[in-house]
Amino acid sequence: MTNRKTWLYFIPYGLWLALFVIAPVGLIIYQSFFDLGHHFTVANYGTYFQSATYLKMTLNSVWYAFLITLFTVLISYPTAYFLHQLKHRQFWLLLVILPTWINILLKAYAFIGIFSQAGLANQFLTFIGIGPQQILFTNASFIFVATYIQIPFMILPIFNALDDLNPAFINASKDLGASAWQTFHRVIFPLTLPGVKAGVQAVFIPSLSLFMLTRLIGGNKVITLGTAIEEHFLTTMNWGMGSTIGVVLIVAMIIVMTLTGDQKPKGGTPR
Amino acid sequence: MKRHLANTYLVLVFIILYAPILFLIVYSFSQGDTMTNYHGFTWRHYQTLFSDARMLAIVANTLLVALLSSLIATLIGTLGALSINRTTKRVTRESLLTLNNVLMVSPDVIIGASFLIFFTMLKIPLGFGSVLMSHIAFEIPIVVLMVLPRLREMSTSMLDAAQDLGATTRQLLSRVIIPFISPGIFAGFFMALTYSLDDFAVTFFVTGNGFSTLSVEIYSRARQGINLEINALSGVMFLFSLLLVGGYYWIQQASQKRKHRKREVVS
Repeated sequence: MTNRKTWLYFIPYGLWLALFVIAPVGLIIYQSFFDLGHHFTVANYGTYFQSATYLKMTLNSVWYAFLITLFTVLISYPTAYFLHQLKHRQFWLLLVILPTWINILLKAYAFIGIFSQAGLANQFLTFIGIGPQQILFTNASFIFVATYIQIPFMILPIFNALDDLNPAFINASKDLGASAWQTFHRVIFPLTLPGVKAGVQAVFIPSLSLFMLTRLIGGNKVITLGTAIEEHFLTTMNWGMGSTIGVVLIVAMIIVMTLTGDQKPKGGTPR
Repeated sequence: MKRHLANTYLVLVFIILYAPILFLIVYSFSQGDTMTNYHGFTWRHYQTLFSDARMLAIVANTLLVALLSSLIATLIGTLGALSINRTTKRVTRESLLTLNNVLMVSPDVIIGASFLIFFTMLKIPLGFGSVLMSHIAFEIPIVVLMVLPRLREMSTSMLDAAQDLGATTRQLLSRVIIPFISPGIFAGFFMALTYSLDDFAVTFFVTGNGFSTLSVEIYSRARQGINLEINALSGVMFLFSLLLVGGYYWIQQASQKRKHRKREVVS
């Protein structure tokens, strides 16, 4: 009786799993096998893997996502590290997270103003004697703004990893005569690597699919997988091809997840 | 010396993080029409914003979708967390959690595109309904993730005690479990709310022609260029986010204090 009753509680959640998790993923795979005339075909995959444009676009997208992730790690690791040494660190961490609560579109819009012809960035360049440059609608501005948006999502997991780190390890390392650099390089960094991996997961995949930034900031020069999907779905209405790129993106996502997933051996296995 | 360098670095990072936001807000008070030169103080853009009927309607829509979807997602997500917590087999639990996290890790475009196919196939008209359903869908997993840890902390002896004292399933839920996990439920609700307010990509795919939310509206206006009314809007939204963060922080603090107090009682 109780069992049947508690089973009832599962129904709404189960329905959600079936309708909004399993069905959509299935549908996007299903749709990728249809052409514009609603005929079943594998031509979309053929087109994708034979067309230099699509392959180049994919490589480009992966390359830009890699650059964005790299810059984000380079900026975020020291930030998380120094932040963690502060007295009121939880408060400062909250200040890092606060900008993520501001609508992402507003942040992109701010950069349209900052990077514009007579904007703040160019005023600064003129002031130091370089003179105004075309900043908006360049690849560099796209990478800059994307990095800016992703930084908090990288700081947070690294900070948490540092928080989980037992200080006894650091003390032990120092007692055993390790220099500050050795302690960092041999003890702190390897032990906080899971945090970096979690951050890479949180940054790399969204970077593959950011499409409004390529429009607003990148001026359509960088086409990411996300931009391509959006274009196929909402502009050219070629859902089959859009879904095919979507499947490629899902596969890319799974690869990233396995590469960055924790390789901790599952407990209980005898050696 | 080293401390000095570290602090300088942190100050720089914080400047970069906040400069764009402050920049937006400063220019919302400028008398000019562009974000290039400050022309003196004015409330004009805020007046335009508050007399812009279309914008106000969109703000109302956005808030309605956010509140309604978070409420429903919190309800379904909490029920989901309860069921996941009840599973005894490890395999079932792990696969449920994996499925739960699919929407957390999927890129927005994939969620948007697949939901668009889904709604079109079921002939569900695009608009308020489809946006609401999509928001509920992508908010549920975060609620589950917020509620589950609280459920794990709950000791089974407490439940056994309640059952021994003759509590029915309903009483067990409403008198014991829900009060205990309420901090997790509130955290889940707040996260769902921010997810909804922050979403652009998914809404952009499933919104159709007649219905719009703030993110979509800002996108289409930003594509037309600078308009200081958006700056005024960002000022208002920044204030709103501050309030939300404050509320969230306060709830977290309160729940931590309660935990502390309980520990003192125990020890």
